[in-house]
Amino acid sequence: MNKEEYSKLVKKYSPKEPKLRNAIIAFLAGGTVGLIGEVIVNILMKSFGLARVDSYAWLAFILILFATFMTAIGKFDNLVVKLKCGLIIPTTGFAHSVQSAALDYKKDGLINGIGANIFKLAGSVILYGIVSAFFLVLIKVIIYG
Amino acid sequence: MYISAFLFAGFVCLICQIVFDNSKLTPGHITSSVTVIGAILSFLGIYDDIVSKCGAGATVLIANFGHMLYSAGIKGYEEAGFLGIFSELLCSSGIAIVSVIVLSFVFTLIFKARD
Repeated sequence: MNKEEYSKLVKKYSPKEPKLRNAIIAFLAGGTVGLIGEVIVNILMKSFGLARVDSYAWLAFILILFATFMTAIGKFDNLVVKLKCGLIIPTTGFAHSVQSAALDYKKDGLINGIGANIFKLAGSVILYGIVSAFFLVLIKVIIYG
Repeated sequence: MYISAFLFAGFVCLICQIVFDNSKLTPGHITSSVTVIGAILSFLGIYDDIVSKCGAGATVLIANFGHMLYSAGIKGYEEAGFLGIFSELLCSSGIAIVSVIVLSFVFTLIFKARD
């Protein structure tokens, strides 16, 4: 059996991912996160008299608090498996990846475990975010003044 | 605003899910690309419009992280010149980084890992 036949055979017997269903679930879940965010922002603006920009910052904090706490008590992983990108693309996914990496490596100690691995998954977001933003600012400044 | 927040956040997650299902990219690849795309959209001046139309639907996404980095960098340049880019770049996105570090460290000390 050559490689091609083998890969065909693997494809035939591997379970099919329900792509359409996944996409609809991700749409509904992501939309719900956005909707809840908008509700929280409106509540913050009306009851605490915050400016819109400050409410967005508080919203980010609330989402991170929710995601890290739920991950720490072990409830968030099932949700991520079920809702997939609906929870990975919002800020909750970022918080979840930091929290789960920290918990996984807790056994290796404070320095070599938590300290070395806390950004194991989320580090790429910070790295490429900062690098791309920095060079885009440079381009903007150099070209447009 | 509620409807557009729902639709925009859902739409981005839908696209990411389709890309995720039809390629071998990991969630790490996708979140990093979305962050960079957010910075690029901010560079093109599109993301501010999206935020003003879709509100929290746009700010809950990880793309907003790139947007905050870029807009803080521009603000820093206007205030303090070239050095301002370095000193102000993390200014508004610092809330996400600091809160995620502090909260996850505290929770990690309190809770144990589960399977």
